Amino acid sequence: MAGVWIIAEQRDGEFRKITFEVASAAKKVADGLGTEVTALVLGSGMEGACAGLGKYGVAKVLYGDGDAFAAYTTDAYTNACAAIIKDGAPDVLLMGASMQGKDLGGRLAARLDTGIAVDCTALAVEDGKLKATRPMYAGKVYADIFINGSPQIASLRPNVFDIVETGGEAAVESVSADAGEIKAVVAEVQAAEEGKVDLTEATVIVSGGRGMKEAENFKLLEELASKLGAAVGASRSAVDAGWRSHTDQVGQTGKVVTPNLYIACGISGAIQHLAGMGSSKVIVAINKDPDAPIHTKADYCVVADLFDVVPELTKEI
Amino acid sequence: MNIVVCIKQVPDTEAVIKIAGDGKSIDTGDIKWVMNPYDEFGVEEALRIVKAQGGEVTVIGAGPARVVEALRTALAMGADKAIHIKDDNLYGADPIAVAKMLAKAIEPLSPDIIFFGQRAVDDDSGVASSAVAELLGMPQLSVVTKLEIADGKAKAVRPIEGQTLVLEAALPVVITAQKGLNEPRYASLPGIMKAKKKPLDVKTPADLGVERADFIEIAILNPPPARAPGKTVEGESPAELAANLAKLLKEEAKVI
Repeated sequence: MAGVWIIAEQRDGEFRKITFEVASAAKKVADGLGTEVTALVLGSGMEGACAGLGKYGVAKVLYGDGDAFAAYTTDAYTNACAAIIKDGAPDVLLMGASMQGKDLGGRLAARLDTGIAVDCTALAVEDGKLKATRPMYAGKVYADIFINGSPQIASLRPNVFDIVETGGEAAVESVSADAGEIKAVVAEVQAAEEGKVDLTEATVIVSGGRGMKEAENFKLLEELASKLGAAVGASRSAVDAGWRSHTDQVGQTGKVVTPNLYIACGISGAIQHLAGMGSSKVIVAINKDPDAPIHTKADYCVVADLFDVVPELTKEI
Repeated sequence: MNIVVCIKQVPDTEAVIKIAGDGKSIDTGDIKWVMNPYDEFGVEEALRIVKAQGGEVTVIGAGPARVVEALRTALAMGADKAIHIKDDNLYGADPIAVAKMLAKAIEPLSPDIIFFGQRAVDDDSGVASSAVAELLGMPQLSVVTKLEIADGKAKAVRPIEGQTLVLEAALPVVITAQKGLNEPRYASLPGIMKAKKKPLDVKTPADLGVERADFIEIAILNPPPARAPGKTVEGESPAELAANLAKLLKEEAKVI
């Protein structure tokens, strides 16, 4: 069968956006290799949704059905995917560098005894091989990587690869998928706070640093974020000061983010913070210190007090 | 409770990373090396579990001679012994290749829990932990912010996109630590003195019977793509600044 395969990601029976990003990127790789894209979908009662992946360049879907696949577990997905992949022997295997893909990728690579390039931001084909570009040191350098194993596995950073709609329906084939022994079970699922957007998935982030002065002042950023449909992030100093939860931290020891718009408020721009947000598409810095390093990374620099400008900006939007 | 913590020595996050002359590795000349920050959460959690439930903590690190400093730091925090998988050329190796060495070194210890940091802040892969779990046939609980070990079971809180999961697995288990799990202690002066006398076993990959085999080949390292120089937003008053910024974001950048 060979070709380029992707592992689709779904939650509650619906494909996640990352699946369309990965499918679109896979189509380009498949075109470069003169082959087609096959999507491996594991789910419960999802047959009907599979053909729709054709819209994003998937030629064929291998669908494995089972209660054990309704929600992701490391064991069920590794066991089933590894068996189906061994059988189909794809040349290239792509997945999202989402929480699921990051959990699954390394395990699957070890099971299949091959290599994986994690969290890639660009893919190309060179001499019939996949060339994967990935940031290292949180984006302080970018590595071009070849994988000398089979399949060549890469996971793709969310919100980096464009979704390309090519149209059409994918052929769907049911495959037998064995979840095997599930050693780590999901005992409980707690929904996140209503309306809270995860930083790694947000298209707009409003972030605050030491210049916020105290936890209460983040409500200024919450108000702006709510108008923009944005997530609120924080620098390490704001998190270490206890103003924000560690899950909000952007930077080398927090989350590496790639939103379309990143608004840094009262953030000086320590190197480890710049590494974490430096590949955002558009960066705005609001900082009264004209010499703050954040201004060197920003597309739009507002040299003014955030406490004056942010409320005005909220009114403007 | 028999606990292993795998630690990696990495450049300090404030370090400026320069590409070496070969174009494929980093210039290590001016780098300050530290224990991977996420690994500190693993060491701390291991020490807390052993304090409450008894047992022993072994730290394992792979790499050149300098990795001993990171191992000694963990011993000074309170770990009981260390294993150094020594290889001068191991820095920058494929995490799958390193995982095979770690698995060989860990196997004879038969640990109940193996901790890793959720990722190392140098290669940002997070692959070695799952690979070790796979090679040793253990379940993995990844990117964990809260942990309970009781009745031979691990119960772990794992935040994912838009949800928080509670995972459960019987021991032995591999756990990767995320910020928020705990507040790592600093090594005390007596701790540092004691660490000097704690056992530190040195093994080469050959001693472990593993030959390094990388699947990953770094063809070239490049600096990050350059950003176009930024614009200073003009305005006499905060309201004018905000209006001008909003206009630029809407009309020029087209991001809102």
